[in-house]
Amino acid sequence: MNHRKRVLVLWLAEILLLLAGALLAGPPIRAESVQEAMRDAVLHDINQVSLFGLKEVNPGLVSAFLVTVALLVLAAWIHVFVIPRFQYVPGKLQLVLEEVVGLFDRMAKTNSPHRNGFLGVYLFSAGAYIFVGTLFELLGVQAVAARGHPVTLPAPLSDVNAAIALGCLSYLIILSGGIAGNGTGGIKRTLKEFSLPISMSFRLFGALLSGLLVTELVYYYVHLSFVLPVVVGVLFTLLHALIQTYVLTMLTALYYGEVSEPAHRKGGQ
Amino acid sequence: MPLNIDVQQILLHWMNLAILAGGLYFLLYKPVKQFMEKREAYYRGLEETAAGKLEEAEQARLAYQAKLDGADAEIREARAKAQQAAQQAADSQIAQAQEQAQQIVTKARAEAEQSRERALRESQRELRELAAAAAMKLASKPGTDPFDQFLNLAEGGKAHEGR
Repeated sequence: MNHRKRVLVLWLAEILLLLAGALLAGPPIRAESVQEAMRDAVLHDINQVSLFGLKEVNPGLVSAFLVTVALLVLAAWIHVFVIPRFQYVPGKLQLVLEEVVGLFDRMAKTNSPHRNGFLGVYLFSAGAYIFVGTLFELLGVQAVAARGHPVTLPAPLSDVNAAIALGCLSYLIILSGGIAGNGTGGIKRTLKEFSLPISMSFRLFGALLSGLLVTELVYYYVHLSFVLPVVVGVLFTLLHALIQTYVLTMLTALYYGEVSEPAHRKGGQ
Repeated sequence: MPLNIDVQQILLHWMNLAILAGGLYFLLYKPVKQFMEKREAYYRGLEETAAGKLEEAEQARLAYQAKLDGADAEIREARAKAQQAAQQAADSQIAQAQEQAQQIVTKARAEAEQSRERALRESQRELRELAAAAAMKLASKPGTDPFDQFLNLAEGGKAHEGR
């Protein structure tokens, strides 16, 4: 038996052993029913986490802080070790970084040709936050709830407060673009889209929450924990991370460009 | 609040987003964009330099082309001048030769005229001498009419010439 066959047999045996162990172990003693788990996934009112002992907050806020810390640490590492070594003919990592920055910069310039400096920064930050924040749920980082139960930290935007914060912040950024570009005219233009903060917030919340609910449901039952999570947990999460990043940044850029475009004067001047 | 909406947590999320946006801007977005702009400026500079050099080369080509065109014109002009000078020299030589020929002909005519006159004078002189000699002979021969003698001599002379 050659080396490759031996590895294959060991791998299959390991899978069968784990499957048998999982089936023999049976379901764990649940701290909550599936209904409670679903309700908590939506409202986050049961398994709240203490924020430095100051206040009990939704686990999504802790996730948001962790995502921010991770992103800033990564950015600092890139700033110190990667950017000084940039070459005119880029390597792989440099190419990825330039492509990510260039993507949001181009998005800002294309959708808002008149005013796009700040928009590019915001789109980059929001895009990185949504994408990494959505993928964060794949890590399954554990925290201890205030009631003592273990709780898996969800994607930040599956918390309605995070979704409202990001949706409303995007709306305020659009409003600022309108004011900077057109003064009071820009305010009027932005206020016409009064449903925008709600739609942005709840689109994000709904999309992320649906993913979370499906994942919760799948992981709640041990029998569904084989093979299926590869599709549900990884591929769907990756897909809706990309989609939500694109949707929010594109909508923000579009509306920003629309309200910040200078009004055409009468007489064709 | 419904849906567990908490304004305090929303504000905390905003604070978190502000920190994230600021940090990402200074640590990642700005330096990467600056580098991209620097590289773009570098390649734009290269492109402008290349365009400038191309422009210079085109100018030089046009200048040399103009010089070549000028040289062609100069060559044509010089050739025309040389042809004109050669034509003039040939015309001058022909005219000179014709003049010389004319002089030679004139001179020859004059010399021929002089020879003819000289021969005429010689013949007249010889005739006069012959006539004088004949007259002398006649005059010196007694008993003979000089006029008859002269006529005889003259006829004899003709007969002599006719032979």
